[in-house]
Amino acid sequence: MIRMQVWWQSDVMWSFRHSPVALGSFIVVAVLLLGAVFAPLIAPHDPFNPATLNLMNGFTAPGAPNAFTGETFILGTDDQGRDVFSTILYGMRISLFVGFAAVALGMLIGITAGLVAGYRGGWTETIIMRVADVQLTFPAILVAMLIFGIAKGFTPVEYRNEMAIWVLIIAIGLSDWVQFARVVRGATLVEKQKEYVQAAQLIGRSGFAIMLRHILPNVMSPVLVIATISLALAIIAEATLSFLGVGAPPTQPSLGTLIRIGQGFLFSGEWWILFFPACTLLALALSVNLLGDWLRDALNPKLR
Amino acid sequence: MGGRLLNYIIRRVFQSVLVLLVVGLVAFSMFRFVGDPVDNMLGQERTDADIERLRAVLGLDQPFPVQYWKFLQGAIDGNFGVSYRQGRPVSEIIVERLPATLELAMVSGFLAIMVGIILGVYTAIRRDGWGSNVIMTVSLIGVSLPTFLIGILLIYLFSVELDLLPSFGRGEVTHLGWWSTGLLTASGLKAIILPAITLGLYQMTLIMRLVRAEMLEVLRQDYVRFARARGLSERVVNFRHALKNTLVPVITVTGLQLGSIIAFAIITETVFQWPGVGLLFINAIQFVDIPVMAAYLMLISVMFVGINLAVDLLYVAIDPRLRGEAS
Repeated sequence: MIRMQVWWQSDVMWSFRHSPVALGSFIVVAVLLLGAVFAPLIAPHDPFNPATLNLMNGFTAPGAPNAFTGETFILGTDDQGRDVFSTILYGMRISLFVGFAAVALGMLIGITAGLVAGYRGGWTETIIMRVADVQLTFPAILVAMLIFGIAKGFTPVEYRNEMAIWVLIIAIGLSDWVQFARVVRGATLVEKQKEYVQAAQLIGRSGFAIMLRHILPNVMSPVLVIATISLALAIIAEATLSFLGVGAPPTQPSLGTLIRIGQGFLFSGEWWILFFPACTLLALALSVNLLGDWLRDALNPKLR
Repeated sequence: MGGRLLNYIIRRVFQSVLVLLVVGLVAFSMFRFVGDPVDNMLGQERTDADIERLRAVLGLDQPFPVQYWKFLQGAIDGNFGVSYRQGRPVSEIIVERLPATLELAMVSGFLAIMVGIILGVYTAIRRDGWGSNVIMTVSLIGVSLPTFLIGILLIYLFSVELDLLPSFGRGEVTHLGWWSTGLLTASGLKAIILPAITLGLYQMTLIMRLVRAEMLEVLRQDYVRFARARGLSERVVNFRHALKNTLVPVITVTGLQLGSIIAFAIITETVFQWPGVGLLFINAIQFVDIPVMAAYLMLISVMFVGINLAVDLLYVAIDPRLRGEAS
């Protein structure tokens, strides 16, 4: 109970309660996240069960009853008669899963590389940071595309569709570890000089334990900020790759895939198939980004 | 030129070559280990003797480093084998597609620089005007929109609603030797407008913000105040004295952005079905056309590494302070 109170009255929470932008974007993210997690319960239709689809329902405009069946869909239907609202909920599941998993992977690699580079120094540091520098000269989205292409090539043909989501996670994760590594290394170099680390060394703790139990907890706040901003970037990267047709497979459409499908109906007037997934993607990416900005300011009072 | 400067240059060049060798190794491994090249080339009715003979012809019976060396030699000569999908030499396909991408990149780069500088100067001079506020707000929205959504939005406005500009392709092209250009016909010029805006928007915003920040900084300097005191007109003060001094950082940033333009061309080319190397690359990933992927990987790496090396060396050439430090 007391712990809760301390947490609620901490500086970060105070700043959160008094920032309308942070509150607003938190609510948007929370609603979208809940919608994605509980998609099977909320979605009025199961877009992946062909038995429940009725082709007669195709191209129903949002909110209007269908001319043949009389059914109404709140955000309309696509050419196959799939409910757009339901496909968005299921699409968000894929987008968010890929986003979170990719950031987790990037974080794992980046933190490990950064800790080792900062703590060990020497040629280990030189090699890790050189690789990071080289990767940083290429735009992340290009790196992700290249890794996706290479990994797809190495995957046996019969597993390509099943594995696509995992390949996507690896590609995006490997494309954004550099930010984490740079920040963690910088912070580790500072922490390494402090007395508590020297004390731990003196009582004979292993390098591994010092990095993990002593230094890591003290470099976590910048990592948290980068993770939030990386999440927004990863969601956009996933959407871009899927939009280009080199991401999520057609059997597991993400928001990007839905936008790709919707673009095909731009000229024939069925705007809702494109419009609603695009708005969802923007709302998601923008509010995660705003949360990241707020977090950066809140954890770093010096910047204000 | 001191020894340390020479040392720095040699180290940078060496580093660039090393990066290219690693990228080459990745590209080569794709060739070698993704599927069996012999399987891809021989038909159903093959004998063991056929396989052995082709392996010898392709050099697959030789040790790995020898094969890698041969691959690199081929790459330098522009020989990347035959596209699995189109059945033509990859180098031929790339040479055919390259003008479209370079033209698009140049037009959007030019657009980004011109509009970016003009808007940057405007928003710096009229700092608190409502026009500046509108431009800054719109630019913020422009940056946070993903590239492909900007493209779709432009297609919706100018192709679907207004029916003014084409939404795909290059229009009519003229052939000048091996180079094909769309800039000499009316339909080609119309076709490049939307893709160029889509591709250049991000860089334009970047340049605009940079010019604005630099201008605001420079306009506070004493020599600008002195120029005003001498009674020089606003125009001369703003453009002769202030703008000129903001251009060095603008040039470096633009140089570094050149690579990004070519990378992001992949997205723009897909949205507008623009027949360049970016679209070729995306199709190659979709159909796992390894030779095309490998060639594109090498091409883009050479470009990126080359641009970065050039910018780094130019930096030393332009900025005397760096030279003093290095020598």
